[in-house]
Amino acid sequence: MPSAPTALPFLRIQPQKGWIKLNLAEMWQNRELLYFLSLRDITVKYKQTLLGISWAIFNPILNTFIFTIIFGKVSKLPSDGLPYPVFYMAGLIVWKYFADSLTGVSNSMVGASHLLTKIYFPRLFIPLSICIAYLIDLLIAFLLILILMTWYHLVPAVTILLLPVLVLIAMGTALGVGLFFAALNVRFRDVKMLVPFLVQIWMYGSVIFPFSRLPERWGEWRYLWGLNPMAGIVEGFRWCLLHNSMLSKEPPLILLAIGIPVMGLFLLGGLFYFRRVENQFADIV
Amino acid sequence: MDSQKRSNMGNDIAIHIEGLGKQYQLGEGLDLSRTFRETVMDLPRILGNTLRSSAKKVQAKFKNDRSDTSHFWALRDINLDIKRGEVTGVIGRNGAGKSTLFKVLSRITTPSAGFVDIYGRVGALLEVGTGFHQELTGRENIYLNGVILGMRKAEIDEQFDKIVAFSETEKFLDTPVKRYSSGMRVRLGFAVAAHLAVDILIVDEVLSVGDASFREKSMSRMESVSNEGKTVLFVSHNMSAIRSLCKRVILLDKGQVVLDGPTEEVISTYLDKHFASHGEQVWPTLEEAPGDDFVRLRSVRLLDPATRQTEVDFSCNQPLDLEIEYEVLKPDLLTSQFQIRDLSGNVLFFAGEFQDLAWKDREHPVGTHRAVCHLPANFFTDGSYTIDVNILSVPHLIRATQLDALSFRVNDDYSLTGARGYRTDSNWPTVAIRPKFEYSLYHNGTPVNR
Repeated sequence: MPSAPTALPFLRIQPQKGWIKLNLAEMWQNRELLYFLSLRDITVKYKQTLLGISWAIFNPILNTFIFTIIFGKVSKLPSDGLPYPVFYMAGLIVWKYFADSLTGVSNSMVGASHLLTKIYFPRLFIPLSICIAYLIDLLIAFLLILILMTWYHLVPAVTILLLPVLVLIAMGTALGVGLFFAALNVRFRDVKMLVPFLVQIWMYGSVIFPFSRLPERWGEWRYLWGLNPMAGIVEGFRWCLLHNSMLSKEPPLILLAIGIPVMGLFLLGGLFYFRRVENQFADIV
Repeated sequence: MDSQKRSNMGNDIAIHIEGLGKQYQLGEGLDLSRTFRETVMDLPRILGNTLRSSAKKVQAKFKNDRSDTSHFWALRDINLDIKRGEVTGVIGRNGAGKSTLFKVLSRITTPSAGFVDIYGRVGALLEVGTGFHQELTGRENIYLNGVILGMRKAEIDEQFDKIVAFSETEKFLDTPVKRYSSGMRVRLGFAVAAHLAVDILIVDEVLSVGDASFREKSMSRMESVSNEGKTVLFVSHNMSAIRSLCKRVILLDKGQVVLDGPTEEVISTYLDKHFASHGEQVWPTLEEAPGDDFVRLRSVRLLDPATRQTEVDFSCNQPLDLEIEYEVLKPDLLTSQFQIRDLSGNVLFFAGEFQDLAWKDREHPVGTHRAVCHLPANFFTDGSYTIDVNILSVPHLIRATQLDALSFRVNDDYSLTGARGYRTDSNWPTVAIRPKFEYSLYHNGTPVNR
């Protein structure tokens, strides 16, 4: 028998205009869906590849190797007194997490078009589940760098405990920018082509040049570097992990102090743009 | 009466729909898989169109004409109350707005006008196995599909054994779904959905999947769902499914509710109205006729070849003549063509005068042309059919189209000369066509004669 009417949830469906609230309550109610979507993304990612989850191991190793050869041995860029492989890997793993999440989020809504047109659920779960799924890769890469550090007899600093905070900031940046692209991608498929270039350019400003490499004569202007939240995050990641073995022992506090509000702006902008156009997705995807 | 209903709202109303409308943008707005470049390149045209359409709007305002060509109302001014525990069918032709209504009710798309009040948890089943992932196992997909449909993990845990038993996939639970046959996938998908713990279930044409025995099982499951006191809204082209499940039926046409009442009444009106046979359609003037500067349709007719009379009721063992007459205004490479659909909208076949090579590589000269297609006896099975006609400028520019140009009925003949042969008294399985073939029969190598 139907339960008492008072116990029934009530919902009004009506045209939506203007800015739409985030509706966190609804997302909390459906949190299990986020869990299962993330689980799906993690399971599926490596299920059909020949080498399976070992790609999560090979990938950072290969990248580190390439960076070490090109930027270290050939171009001889400075590395704050760290061995090149450690220097690059420390930056690369958090960068890779960011780049993967950004690309994944940007393509997420188009990729989920089949779901979007058939069922309602909090749409934000699709991009969120991608950011969560890539945490597994990050974790594996993190274990690798610990092994690499042991090899070089480097001891991780206590500040290693701060790393999750930096990862969250990276996630926020990827999500903010990615949500904007994800929503735009539904309308213009060009975004899919554009994002890889953006990621590549972004990488130069975040991983390849350490802040310390910027010319001294630029003075305070150098801190504009921090407008890129990933610059502070990559530097911060290295510092938290390795500052007791680095030449410049200064934490990149100014970079982060500039980068975190920028991240906040990206995230808010992305979230609201996404929410604003999200109810059109099913009609136009 | 209205106020009476309102005061009852929340007591026994599950869904209250008021002034609901859904508008889609046509043309530019609808085609959005366009790339940025296309948009930029098209800007002059889009701007031109916008200017023209705003000019039209101004004109329309002067004429007090509300029709706006660049928009299209898939739903318009829908007012409905669905009581709790009621099983309601929604019928209508393709494009009548059924799917749009369901998409609004299930929150996939937002309405453009009006509102819907929903009292209770809604489960929408617009497709079987939504969100199934090929690489995941049956077990993983049950959970994924379940939570996507709005179930909680605990609820799925509770129903898990029932779902598996219903889907008959016990042995393959830990096999990736990509190894499933399509039948197994459908069974698993329906099984999850059929065990949704919701108050209101919205089901769009999913009972017509799977093999016959599973369809029967799904139907009886739907019946028991409705007996549990759940409110069910149900779209189908399958009138027998609607008949056996619903007490109330809503008929939609062009986005509006045209009839709402007891099942039999609505279904028979629907069949009469939309499948009222018309064996002839004539356009008295060329201006009104479908077509363009090159060619216009003049008439479309179904004839009994024996009497040359227009006919709408045929017997299975009777041939039919489909006659398409058109006026060519400028010479062009043309062909008339048509397709025949059954009641559910499935296209039975497509044909046209191009099958005769007489006009191959030759332009149709100006003048009246007539193409008569001779449809054989013992080909259609009994049922109602609709004919769409168009005229094509070869190879691919359609110059004139008339959907639902004609419709006709074919009746079972029960004669010994038909496809039934001497099985005149027995049931005939559901088939798409019912051809009659020639046989050669032998007994111990000797031909058997009648």
